Amino acid sequence: MMTFVFKRVLFGLTTLVLASAVVFAMLQVVPGDPARLMLGMNATEDQVQVLREQMGLNQPLVLQYLDWAGGLLRLDFGRSYTYSVEVSELVGERLAVSLPLALISLGLSTLVAIPLGIYAASRRGKTADAVSMGAAQIGMAMPNFWFALLLIYVFAVWLRLVPAGGFPGWSAGVWPALKALILPALALALPQAAILARVTRSAMVEVLGQDYIRTARAKGMTARSVLWRHALRNALIPVLTILGMQFAFLLAGTIIVENVFYLPGLGRLVFQAISQRDLVVVQSVVMLLVAAVILVNLLVDLSYALVDPRLRGNR
Amino acid sequence: MKTIGRLTAVGLLAVAISGPAWAARTDLVLAMPLEPPHLDPTASAAAAIDEVFYANVFEGLTRIGERGEVLPGLAESWTISDDGKIYTFKLHSGVKYHDGTDFDASDVKFSLDRARGEKSVNAQKALFSAIDTVEVVDPLTVKVMLKQPQGSFLYNMAWGDAVIVAPESADTNKEKPIGTGPFKFQNWAKGSSITLVKADGYWGSPIFLNKAEVRFIPDAAAAIPALLSGDVQALPNFPLGDALPQVQADPRFKVVIGSTEGETVLATNNKRPPFDNLKVRQAIAHALDRKAIIDGATGGLGTPIGSHFAPHNPAYVDLTGTYPYDPAKAREVLKEAGHPNGFKATLKLPPVGYARLGGEIIASQLREVGIDLQIIPVEWPVWLKTVFTDKDYDLSIVAHTEPNDIDIYGRKDYYFQYDNPAFDKVIADLNLTSDETKRTELYKQAQKILAEDAVNGFLFELPKIGIWDAKIEGLWQNSPIQANDLTKVKWVE
Repeated sequence: MMTFVFKRVLFGLTTLVLASAVVFAMLQVVPGDPARLMLGMNATEDQVQVLREQMGLNQPLVLQYLDWAGGLLRLDFGRSYTYSVEVSELVGERLAVSLPLALISLGLSTLVAIPLGIYAASRRGKTADAVSMGAAQIGMAMPNFWFALLLIYVFAVWLRLVPAGGFPGWSAGVWPALKALILPALALALPQAAILARVTRSAMVEVLGQDYIRTARAKGMTARSVLWRHALRNALIPVLTILGMQFAFLLAGTIIVENVFYLPGLGRLVFQAISQRDLVVVQSVVMLLVAAVILVNLLVDLSYALVDPRLRGNR
Repeated sequence: MKTIGRLTAVGLLAVAISGPAWAARTDLVLAMPLEPPHLDPTASAAAAIDEVFYANVFEGLTRIGERGEVLPGLAESWTISDDGKIYTFKLHSGVKYHDGTDFDASDVKFSLDRARGEKSVNAQKALFSAIDTVEVVDPLTVKVMLKQPQGSFLYNMAWGDAVIVAPESADTNKEKPIGTGPFKFQNWAKGSSITLVKADGYWGSPIFLNKAEVRFIPDAAAAIPALLSGDVQALPNFPLGDALPQVQADPRFKVVIGSTEGETVLATNNKRPPFDNLKVRQAIAHALDRKAIIDGATGGLGTPIGSHFAPHNPAYVDLTGTYPYDPAKAREVLKEAGHPNGFKATLKLPPVGYARLGGEIIASQLREVGIDLQIIPVEWPVWLKTVFTDKDYDLSIVAHTEPNDIDIYGRKDYYFQYDNPAFDKVIADLNLTSDETKRTELYKQAQKILAEDAVNGFLFELPKIGIWDAKIEGLWQNSPIQANDLTKVKWVE
């Protein structure tokens, strides 16, 4: 078990180092000058040079990279060109929105999808299966910005139960902050839940067809206890894989829903930073996401081992 | 007895409920599509900064009023020497910055010297280029000596980039702006909103609002429900596009269409063949049907222009008939230019609705006369690099939103690559003239030269689309300068 973890961590660290170089190099190739963007069309080239100097953009690229990557090692993410504040501060503010949002929508989708998938699998081929999987199909097909707007019109414009968007900050109190996150979490959870329900169902159907399930039934176990004790445990691996991927997506891939609810999340920070060529912010957030994905994958790998004892060997 | 008690309770309740009705609201939430990158108007070209802080938090020596006129600001009056080279400003007394420090003539000297200095990152440094020296005469008098007379000097000093800042706070204004205006900055929740509150002891006319919050909503589809739900009460300048008809018929809101300083042009590379040929540019001008472009790009709300000048300006001349829409004529002129079969070119479009929508229409109009345009969509940083800085383009569409910016055509090395000594002479004369009648005449000449040279395809003036609660008064209809002046805004019942 320990060598397994050790290998995984080492692999993760190598990925991080490679990713930092690739991200840095890619952003250098993209045309666009943050200093010119800041000063606009009426500034002279000399002025742009003055600002580039102030921003530290006139240093050789290798130095810039080492400076940034070295900072990362000390958990110093650098300073934003445009906002002129520490990137860690910017990211911290955004994570206070994106992390709870990701967790809430993941929680919602898991709570709905896994029972639904199991139920559909256990009623395979019957009406209940067709109805629940049909609903999942609709959930997957519905564009989430459209579903988000629907939610806004019903719950914010018509019923006035929650604000139409925005985020008051946790300092405004836990309840107002949660209220601002309910609709976006729902909008994000729907397609995730639909995918998760289908994956759960097909994994369950496959497991339920295995010999050991028949054996368990033959031993005289009830259908219910076979379902929960044998089938579910074995079906969980593909489900956990999807969950891990969904979490990574929810952390930063939610720009469209963030725009509709004008939430100050991580996705919009990256989007704004790209359009302002605030490269330090883009690089650092991308690195943070790479690290998050690696960490989540590691946890998922470890949870495989918990679910399936065979995977605990010295692989 | 019981009944009376109940009646009294009802009466008290009624009073309690009606309370807010006679005390007008003093808070306002407005929304803008773009968030400022930082909060210092003297260190960025971003219009979003001025749209939050101009006149509200920061003030200059002079300021621009709703109709584009120059009004006194921190300077209560001024005198101009006979040769037009010395401006003596008399400053308001008792003006304080929001951090409690006093405003005086030394702040004016500091601000102007900082903006034109060697290390300046002021996005409009050219506004200060005529200044020779700034001299503090006494705490309330400042003298500005110009190298040569400059007719637009008072106007220049009214720009958001020319506001007066204090040496103590100049370096931290990006995060914590300190000005002299009627509102002071309270909080910036990055990605969400900026909150301004009424400043104590403001020197000028009192304001009506106690609190103003500016929210940043990137998407028109999200801004409308925010307005309908009452979370946001005003969208003073929002490109709503298709979402507009949804609220237009609603009596709870006022829809106010005004003009801006945004001349939208089919920018043309005047040095790159075949666009260096006047006949080719004339042919393009004849091929453009402004009505169709305006309908498609602005929902019919833009105003057609025939040169680079805002229609609301008193010096405006209507030159839209210089090369009227006439595809047959366009083909003929193209033949005279030596392109009987037309030619191929590219059209680089920045990521704004008017450009992307207008671009499709213009491409089809030019195809009618044989000019085959390849549309290349680009994002802003790429546009600024390739089109603006490197001048690597044939045609592009962009709105030039700086006020009174006809002089850009006289700038050497500007991306239009236009070079006409006769035009430069007019701009030089304008700089030396402060007499209004003469200036108007010169502005008219300049407009005519540009129209006849068909420097760019002159399309339309960008509209300002504003929507707000019908009970709000005092927001600007037009946008003569990038600003959301809240100093006169109030709720009326």
